[in-house]
Amino acid sequence: MKSLKKRYLRDNLMKVFLVGNTIVVLTPLIIILLYVFIQGIGAINIDLFTQELGSPSRAMTGRPTGLVHTIIGTFVVDILALIIAVPFGLGAGIMLSEYPDNKLNPIMRVMNDTLNGMPAVLKGLLAWALVVKPMGSFSGLSGGVALAFVMLPIIARSTESSLMNIPWSIREAGLAIGLPRWRVIMSIVIPASKSGLATGLLIAFARAAGEAAPLMFTSFGNNYKSSTLIGWIMGPVDTLPQRLYSLAISPYAQWHQLGWAAGILLLSFVILSFIIVRIVIREKNY
Amino acid sequence: MGYPITQKVENNFPQSGVRSKIIDHMTLRLETKKLSVIYGTIYGIKDVSLPIYDKKVTALIGPSGCGKTTFLRSLNRMHDLTRNTLIKGNVYLNGEDIYAPKVDPVMVRRRLGMVFQKPTPFPTMSVYDNVIAGLKLVGIKNKLILDEAVEKSLRHAALWDEVKDRLSSPGGSLSGGQQQRLSIARALAVEPEVLLMDEPTSSLDPQSTSRIEELIDTLKKKVTIVIVTHNMQQAARVSDFTAFFYLGSIVEHNTTSKMFTVPENKRTEDYMTGKFG
Repeated sequence: MKSLKKRYLRDNLMKVFLVGNTIVVLTPLIIILLYVFIQGIGAINIDLFTQELGSPSRAMTGRPTGLVHTIIGTFVVDILALIIAVPFGLGAGIMLSEYPDNKLNPIMRVMNDTLNGMPAVLKGLLAWALVVKPMGSFSGLSGGVALAFVMLPIIARSTESSLMNIPWSIREAGLAIGLPRWRVIMSIVIPASKSGLATGLLIAFARAAGEAAPLMFTSFGNNYKSSTLIGWIMGPVDTLPQRLYSLAISPYAQWHQLGWAAGILLLSFVILSFIIVRIVIREKNY
Repeated sequence: MGYPITQKVENNFPQSGVRSKIIDHMTLRLETKKLSVIYGTIYGIKDVSLPIYDKKVTALIGPSGCGKTTFLRSLNRMHDLTRNTLIKGNVYLNGEDIYAPKVDPVMVRRRLGMVFQKPTPFPTMSVYDNVIAGLKLVGIKNKLILDEAVEKSLRHAALWDEVKDRLSSPGGSLSGGQQQRLSIARALAVEPEVLLMDEPTSSLDPQSTSRIEELIDTLKKKVTIVIVTHNMQQAARVSDFTAFFYLGSIVEHNTTSKMFTVPENKRTEDYMTGKFG
């Protein structure tokens, strides 16, 4: 009987240990959320969503300033990045998972992991060399390319692992009724793993949406809205993480306030997209 | 499907007058000649020659790892997808070699349906979509044809009455036995000439098993069936012919009634009486 008591004690100790660990892991998250919220809430007002930033004097003289150009720019650059990264990332993931015999796969896997581990600032340099230099100007497009390099390896890896979760027997069943291989992949395997695929895309998106470094010398930043539609893609564009950084290092108290507001915006942007994707993939998932 | 059966059957069993009489007026649907499947350097099966007769049930029995499933999977070119697998010898479907260089494995698999050990309903599809997956995904869109194929296949698989009111519910929501019959219906929907069954009842309860066995009995009026089974009684119940595999080769092939009453080979007898395997 004594040993049973001991085991119960050990069981409870383990539980306390695990719960404690969970709290330790979650604490920084909660602190960040709370701190950003408390600091930034004062700067949240209607001007934030309707006005441009303008020159420092605009804030100094108390005229309304906001980050509308930054919000739009973030959408433009992130969506450009998705458009570029998703086809390649999905393609690479499908290749790794569905054609495991291919001789290129081991090399591809190593290169993918290397790309994933590479500092984001180098990806910005690469995008600068590939897009900014030939085009002769900073642009939303080059920012999209830089972020696509961030997304690509994450999408490829998550696609591979979520497709691998679908048992081989399902693929064989598809082949056995006389479907070509690509049909089996497109119509049976991919629909079956769509929630995994969506989660992977989202993680990649959230990762890239928070990157500031690669955007410094690609989309560069802009204090004003672009006057033309094409200007958002071909001209310098503001994005939240990089604007947050430049507001924070600026010498103006008003801009520091605005920086906290940008922090709130960035956090809610990422959290919102998480929630939306969760809702979208939950329905009709049998 | 109206493929003319041109090949005349030669008498493979000269030893017994009774057997040759049975075999004489049957046609050959499928035949393997010195078929070997080699995984890397290991032979999965070696030089297997087996005739499979039209509209009959041929059971493949033998201890685990003897090559039954390997043999079955080589009949519809499922090994094409496995790395380091080499096929030697020939498989003739109505006299045509399915391993000939210009033969498309996809077309072969449409003529030789397959049912697996575990039921494999396609996860995101309804019962209806599961049945017609083989038709719809190759471009048949006519609703009338599809509706008809669904009803016909489900009736053939003895599942229609149970699912006719919930064709739109997910395939995975059916019971295990129903899922297996759904897999059979799905295989039948593309109207194969031969149905290959790999231990189709091993994951099912006795009641579902007997339903599938009854089904096999009805199906053989229309299609040729090759079934792998671990269950000796099942082979005796459902099959017309039995082939006993051991260590990658066929030890004995005969009519089921003969094989289960007076097996010619000592090892067959030992296996069937439970002395090994």
